[in-house]
Amino acid sequence: MTEPLDFEGWTCPLPLRGTPTVVMGHGGGGAMSAELVESLFIPAYGGAADAELGDAAVLPPVAGRLAFSTDSYVVKPMFFPGGSIGDLAVNGTVNDLAMVGARPLYLSTAFVVAEGTPMEDLGRVAVAVGKAAERAGVRLVTGDTKVVDHGSGDGVYVNTAGIGVVPDGVDIGPRRARPGDVVLVSGDVGVHGVAVMSCREGLEFGTTVESDSAALHGLVADLVGAGVDLHALRDPTRGGVAATLGEIASTARVGIEVVERDIPVPPEVRDACGLLGLDPLQVANEGKLVAFVGPADADRALEVMRSHPLGSRACRIGTVVEAHPGVVVTRTALGATRVLDLPIGEQLPRIC
Amino acid sequence: MCLAVPGRVVSINEESGTTMAQVDFGGVQKKVCLAYLPETEVGEYVIVHVGFAIQRLDEEAARETLATFERLGILEEEFGDGVEIAAREKGLSP
Amino acid sequence: MKYLDEFGDPDLAKALLDRIHAVTTRPWALMEVCGGQTHSIIRHGIDQLLPDGIEMIHGPGCPVCVTPLETIDRALAIARRPDVVFCSFGDMLRVPGSHDDLFTVKSQGGDVRVVYSPLDALTIAQENPDKQVVFFGIGFETTAPANAMTVHQARRLGIPNFSLLVSHVLVPPAIAAIMESPTCRVQGFLAAGHVCSVMGTREYPPLAERYGVPIVVTGFEPLDILEGIRRTVVQLEEGRHEVENAYPRAVPAEGNPAAVAMLRDVFEVTDRAWRGIGMIPGSGWRLSDRYAEFDAELRFDVTGIRTDESPLCRSGEVLQGLIKPHECSAFGTDCTPRNPLGATMVSSEGACAAYYAYRRLDLVEVS
Repeated sequence: MTEPLDFEGWTCPLPLRGTPTVVMGHGGGGAMSAELVESLFIPAYGGAADAELGDAAVLPPVAGRLAFSTDSYVVKPMFFPGGSIGDLAVNGTVNDLAMVGARPLYLSTAFVVAEGTPMEDLGRVAVAVGKAAERAGVRLVTGDTKVVDHGSGDGVYVNTAGIGVVPDGVDIGPRRARPGDVVLVSGDVGVHGVAVMSCREGLEFGTTVESDSAALHGLVADLVGAGVDLHALRDPTRGGVAATLGEIASTARVGIEVVERDIPVPPEVRDACGLLGLDPLQVANEGKLVAFVGPADADRALEVMRSHPLGSRACRIGTVVEAHPGVVVTRTALGATRVLDLPIGEQLPRIC
Repeated sequence: MCLAVPGRVVSINEESGTTMAQVDFGGVQKKVCLAYLPETEVGEYVIVHVGFAIQRLDEEAARETLATFERLGILEEEFGDGVEIAAREKGLSP
Repeated sequence: MKYLDEFGDPDLAKALLDRIHAVTTRPWALMEVCGGQTHSIIRHGIDQLLPDGIEMIHGPGCPVCVTPLETIDRALAIARRPDVVFCSFGDMLRVPGSHDDLFTVKSQGGDVRVVYSPLDALTIAQENPDKQVVFFGIGFETTAPANAMTVHQARRLGIPNFSLLVSHVLVPPAIAAIMESPTCRVQGFLAAGHVCSVMGTREYPPLAERYGVPIVVTGFEPLDILEGIRRTVVQLEEGRHEVENAYPRAVPAEGNPAAVAMLRDVFEVTDRAWRGIGMIPGSGWRLSDRYAEFDAELRFDVTGIRTDESPLCRSGEVLQGLIKPHECSAFGTDCTPRNPLGATMVSSEGACAAYYAYRRLDLVEVS
C-alpha cells in the first residue's frame, strides 16, 4: 500500500529550497542533487539504506555464486490500487533474482524524473521503495537521479539492479523444464494488470482489485529448503501466464498442456476482463510465480507453498509433455483444445 | 463486433443533461450512458457496449432460455437416444 | 458475471452438442456473421466439437477487418498531425494501412490514445481545448449508437474541437452481397445478436425469403452459439428458411427505438467499399449533412492518399468464406500477427488471427 507522506518522520524534506516540483537542477549533480538525496531519498528509504548513498558501493564478499539482475519500471499510472511504481521497482528485481533461486542482497536505484513532477509524488515513490526494500530484507546501497525535460517522460521512471547469492547445489532455470514436470501456480492470476488498468485514463472502472506486488524470495527459499525437485521458476509479469508458459516451452523445447478451469482467476478479474475483452491469462501479475517441479514432488511442493502467506492459493495447472515442443495447449471448459499463444505487444481493450 | 456484457444498474444520475448510470458487472463498476434506455430503473439489468446501455436484459427470457437448455439436458439423461430425442425436440423448438 | 457465466455451462453445452449431433443427417455450411461469434467459436473450440458435416464459414462481421484501406490511411494521416489527439478503440491500433499502423504513428510521436468509449474521447476534447480531438468511429450497427450520441453531445454542448472519422458498415447488405456471390456456399446464417439488440429483427425476413436461407439471431456465449447452430440445422434438415430469435434475452423484435431514431438523425446510408471484398452498395453509414461540421473527413484535408494493398493478402477470400486462413500461402509465413499483411490477421476476431492463435496446433500436426 502506498501510504500518504508522513513528513513528521523526515528531517525537513520541504526545505528543498522551496521547490514543490522537481526541476532540472535536481539532476545536475550539484548542491540541489545532493539535497535531494539527503532530504528526500535517504529519509524515505529509512532503515533499508545507509546514511550515505555514494556513487559506488563496496560490498563484502559473498559465499556462493552471484546472481545479478536489472529491470526498469515505467508503469502508468505511477500510483494504483495496492501499490505504486516504487513497490514494483523493488519487488520486480527481487523476484527476478528469486526465480533463479537466489537470496537477494543489494539493490541500486536509478531514477529518471520528468521536470515538473510534484516533489510529493517523488517522495511517495521513494517511501514505497524504502518500505518494500525493508520488507524484502534487501539493502539499498547506491543510486542515481536524472531529470529530463517536461514531456520526455511523465513522472517517474525507475531502474533497479539487484545482486543476490545462489546457494550451492541450486540449479533452477527454464532449460531444466522437462516432460513429466508438473506446472504449479502460486495463486490467483490477472490481479495486478486489472488493478492498474482500473485507473488508466480512458478505461477507469471501479473495482476492489488491488495489485498483488510482493517479494517472492521467501516462498522460493521454502521450496528450496524443503528439498523439492524444482526445475524452473518464472514470475508471470507482462504478458501474464500465457507469455511465461510460452517462453519456457520455447526455451526448453517442450510442450505444455494446461487445463483452463484449473487456472485460478478471481471473479473480479474475470469480470473486468470480460468488460474490456481481455484474456486473464495474458494479464500481468506482480506477486505470483509459476513453478515446474518433478512429478514425484508436486504434492509436497503444493503443501510447502500453501503454508506460506504468498502461496496459500497455490494449485496445479498443467504438465510438461514431449508433444508439440514450444507450444502451450489448453483444454477449454467445453473439452476442446486450443493453442495458448504469446500475446503480441500490449494488451488492448477491444469492442469486437 | 459486439462485445457487450450484462450489468446491473446501481444508481442513476444526470450529467450535462444526459442520463448516466453506475452499472455493476459482478464487482466491477463502470459509468454507463443510459440515454437510449430512459425508462430503466435501479436494480434492472442492461447490456453495455462501449460505455452505452444498448438494450435491457430481459431476465425472464434469460431464465426461460436456460430452462430450455436444462430440459434438453434432462431428456438426454433420461432417454439418451439421439433419434428419439430429435423427434421430441422438434416439438420443443419454438 | 450474472446472465453471462451461466451461458457457458459445460454440461449444458454437451447436451446441446449431443442434440446437434442427433439432428444432423447431412453436411451443411453455416456462416456466423459476427466476428465476436467467430472469436467465441474458436476460443472455446466449438467447431472442433460439432459433427464433421457441419462447417462454420467465418463471415465478414469484423468491422476492423473490413474498414477500407483508404480510411485507415486517412486515419493515419490525421493521427500524424501535431495538433491532433487521435482516439480509437483498441482493436484498430495494429490494423495495417498501406505502410504503417496507428501503433507506429504513436511510437513516432503521434498522440494516439486508446479509449473504451467514444464519450472518453469527448472528455479528452473538453480537457484539451487547444487540440483537435478525433475519434475513429468504426463498427457495425451495435457501435453506431454510441458514436451517434457522442457527436450529438458534441453539438449540444458546443465542443468544436471534436470530430468523428466515420466508417460504419451494415449487416443486412453484407448478407445479401454474400448470397449474391456466384461462389457462395452458405446455406444458413447466425445473425449478429447485438446488432439486432439495436436494430431489431425486421430486416431479416426479406433476406431469408429472397435467398431461401434460415437466419437465426444468435448470441455470443457458448450455449447461445450452440443453440443458434442447433436451430439453423433443424431448419435446414426440415427444409425451412425462416428467421428465428435464439437470443430473446437481449433482442426484442423492435430493437431499441430510441437508438434507431438517433441513428436516423446522425447518419445516412452510403455505398461502402469493404476491404478485401469490394464495393457493396448501401452498406455503410456516414455522418449526415446536419453533422457535417463534426466530420473529420471534411475537417482535415488529407489528400493524395494512394492505397497499397499487399498482393499476397487474400483476406477478402477469407472474409467471404471462400478459403480458410491456412489455405492462404502467406498464412503463418509472410503473414503473422506480428507482421500482418491484412486486417484479418490483426483483429482479435479476424478469422486469420483466430486460426493462428487457437488452431495452429492442429495445423502443425497436419503439416
